[in-house]
Amino acid sequence: MSSRRIFARPARFAAIAPYVWMALFFLVPFAFVLKISLSQTAIAQPPYEPVFDLTAGWEALKAALAALSIDNFRLLGSDDIYVFAYVRSLTVAVTATALLLLFGYPIAYGMARLPKRWQAVAMVLVIVPFWTSFLIRIYAWINILQHDGLLNQILLALHLVSQPVVWLSTDTAMYIGIVYSYLPFMILPLYATLAKMEPALEEAASDLGAPPWHVFWLVTFPLSLPGVGAGVLLCFIPIVGEFVIPDLLAGSNALMIGQTLWLEFFTNKDWPVASAAAIVLLVVLLLPLLLYERLQKRQLEQRR
Amino acid sequence: MRKVSRLSRFNIASLALGLAFLYLPILILVLYSFNASRLVTVWGGWSLRWYREFFKDRAMIEAAWMSLRVAVSSATIATLLGTLAAVALSRGERFRGRTLFSGMLYAPLVMPEVITGLSLLLLFVALNAERGFWTVTIAHTTLTMCFVAVVVQSRLGSLDRSLEEAAMDLGCNPVRAFMAVTLPLIAPAIVAGWMLAFTLSLDDLVIASFTTGPGSATLPIRIYSEVRLGVKPEINAICTLVIALIAVVIVIASLASKLSSSQGESAAPL
Amino acid sequence: MAEELPGRDVQADVTGGDALPAAGQPLLRIEGVAKRFGTFRAVDGVSLDIKSGEFFALLGPSGCGKTTLLRMLAGFEAPDEGHILLGGKDIAQALPHERPINMMFQNYALFPHLSVRDNIAFGLKRAGMARAEIATRVAEMVALVKLEGLEKRKPDQLSGGQRQRVALARALARRPQLLLLDEPLAALDKKLRESTQGELMELQRRLGMTFIIVTHDQEEAMTMASRIGVMKAGKLAQVASPRELYEAPRSRWIAEFVGDINLFDGETKLRDGHRLVIGTRDAGALVVAEPREPLGTGKFAVAIRPEKVKLSRRAPVSEAGRETAINLLDGVIADICYLGGTTTYKVKLDSGGMLQASVVNSARLDVDAYSLNQHVVAWFTPDDCVVLPS
Repeated sequence: MSSRRIFARPARFAAIAPYVWMALFFLVPFAFVLKISLSQTAIAQPPYEPVFDLTAGWEALKAALAALSIDNFRLLGSDDIYVFAYVRSLTVAVTATALLLLFGYPIAYGMARLPKRWQAVAMVLVIVPFWTSFLIRIYAWINILQHDGLLNQILLALHLVSQPVVWLSTDTAMYIGIVYSYLPFMILPLYATLAKMEPALEEAASDLGAPPWHVFWLVTFPLSLPGVGAGVLLCFIPIVGEFVIPDLLAGSNALMIGQTLWLEFFTNKDWPVASAAAIVLLVVLLLPLLLYERLQKRQLEQRR
Repeated sequence: MRKVSRLSRFNIASLALGLAFLYLPILILVLYSFNASRLVTVWGGWSLRWYREFFKDRAMIEAAWMSLRVAVSSATIATLLGTLAAVALSRGERFRGRTLFSGMLYAPLVMPEVITGLSLLLLFVALNAERGFWTVTIAHTTLTMCFVAVVVQSRLGSLDRSLEEAAMDLGCNPVRAFMAVTLPLIAPAIVAGWMLAFTLSLDDLVIASFTTGPGSATLPIRIYSEVRLGVKPEINAICTLVIALIAVVIVIASLASKLSSSQGESAAPL
Repeated sequence: MAEELPGRDVQADVTGGDALPAAGQPLLRIEGVAKRFGTFRAVDGVSLDIKSGEFFALLGPSGCGKTTLLRMLAGFEAPDEGHILLGGKDIAQALPHERPINMMFQNYALFPHLSVRDNIAFGLKRAGMARAEIATRVAEMVALVKLEGLEKRKPDQLSGGQRQRVALARALARRPQLLLLDEPLAALDKKLRESTQGELMELQRRLGMTFIIVTHDQEEAMTMASRIGVMKAGKLAQVASPRELYEAPRSRWIAEFVGDINLFDGETKLRDGHRLVIGTRDAGALVVAEPREPLGTGKFAVAIRPEKVKLSRRAPVSEAGRETAINLLDGVIADICYLGGTTTYKVKLDSGGMLQASVVNSARLDVDAYSLNQHVVAWFTPDDCVVLPS
């Protein structure tokens, strides 16, 4: 028995309430998603069948189990709409994450090189927009990008264009929205690793004759890779399932999987297909999710 | 000094542009909320007209009230559960089901919201629960307690364990040692966790859309349906009010955490 | 000061009035205590008696198990085997808050959210002491460690030395039967450390309390402790007074760990009255006093401290075979290390080995100093040598 163990006993009791909560409202719901993804659409309330009724006895339960099928997954695999949606989601996520890294890195690097006092200020400045509502931030861009919005007025005033450019309902608008919304998620992990880096390392590299660009490429960047990994995963995973930004800023001719799911659920009322779409989305994200969890754990454990 | 030359012109330019990019859209939005003109892009002089419009809009007010109630109650429950979870994870050593427990707590942080929302709705339908305030509150608690757990756990992890040992050495049993020493020291992180939970709840559109029922829309749901129909100056006013509210919460909470610990390092706002 | 301590003892209140052991009985008895972490035996069968009023030091290199042993006394670890008896009662499995023992932590572990006063009062409040009494005791402690005027400060507004004093006052406030100090001076700079050593000794004498200190700094242990236990790989290698430890180490490892020493591996031994003549490869035949414990059949070495080696330009008169016989070794100065108070010479012996000699610089002018490559005679008496099993 050590002092850690003395503490461990009461600490484990603390797990009971959150454990039960998460099991009930996180784990169990997934079982429902899985089950309903194997069910058929029905014009009923709830709009799917079979409905398990535990009071109906074992025979009814067996019959209900037999009625489950993987038809919905077959549909997702055979219908171009769904396949395209998955491909588009991944393309958008890869492109947007690359853009985020491209824009986020110089900002994080600049922050890490500020004098210590100013670093804290810069960090707060980067975090504060994250606290303002997600939806509001997207709406702010609609203000700017609309037909007679600020951007077009400026472009016209500078005579860069002769007539208003269509920004809204384009991929450009969507990428602006995504980069804008997710930028703090990319900057903060990058900044955390860059700020921890020993300044003497860069000085040693230049002392040994490396020009600035080589110093960055041979010393700084390789050492910041853990931060790059965290930032990339932190952005990539939620962007794949993004709904609000493409819905409000991109055109409606190519949908992302989050939008498809929403559409199936709210508009077509096809709950089984929506559930199947959610399962497939989860499978697509499984690898990055596992990677992210390992990264999170390692970081928390290091701080012990 | 070398320090000055460490900051190159490129560094300064990227910082300035980055911050401008982050702040300009919001500033523009706030500015236009005081615009007298109905045309969003034409400046018609200063006016509070759109704020009056908002206060006359009963549906909007009701949605805002619903959002506030949900945010306060879910943030409070989530702070309680998340703190307990953080204590179990950082002080419980190994216990049965620990891996599953930490997995359940990390997953919602990055899980696409459409999946979380859909799965919770299916549960509520199966339970035949009436959808409204409580279902949204439960859904938001489930999501935000994970954020609270991460914030508090990272503070607990950086806390010097010998402080707890010293308390026991001076006559506290483990529970009293936690109350007398650990809790006051992690209080800033708990406050930060509550704030985070509050704003996440206030902000959420997707999960609330899935889990709420007819007639009990939250503010983001209302704003979203208005925005889909086009830009309205009234929305600018509402957004400005929400930003102001969040700013006030941040200021109060950071003052509170400063008062509660005169320690040099307080928990980061994230 | 010891007389000033009031009769009503909190510690007695806290622990249900354990009587101090009868005279002659040890205050603390450690019996065959062992602790494993996985397969690593951190503490491996330690037995030790500590008398009331003793200032005992646990000395050893890092990882030798001294901190683990201390933490078992405090109750942060429970031994896998053995007993810990305090005043005759086994406390090995008692929780930390149930023991009349307090600890001063290595990094002080001051509560950052509490003032100096509240830090010191912390343990008294847990003991359920009356408010007025707490105030008196805190004031007494503040005066004891000379922190008057700083009672309202928070730990981060104090200097390193002041924090050390708060930690000490906090641990002493409950009047523990036993005070444990885990590297208490490691965080202080050299000058402050030396003056604090003196103050700690003063305090211990005045209060008549029992202190156990853990340290890796042998000078600190030698200065402060009345007895030292040297630990190696989880075992007590030797328990002795500082002088005995230095002059009569029990093994070659201890001789090398405590202070500097010259060692010559022995090859043959010859009895000559109550002297031994030991043949060494590097220093020829050396006459040594008969060791207290007879040498076994294993390997052995002749050990001589550098300051016991004298240097001169010509050989002093020696009458071999008589009581006053001395060892004479010819050599050449190979290295000079001037340290201020002393100078250490390395002598390359004609017989092949190296010998260190430490000479006190008793005169300001260096007329007596030797120069590089100068021929010298190094000499020492048989009584200054120790024969050690290796």
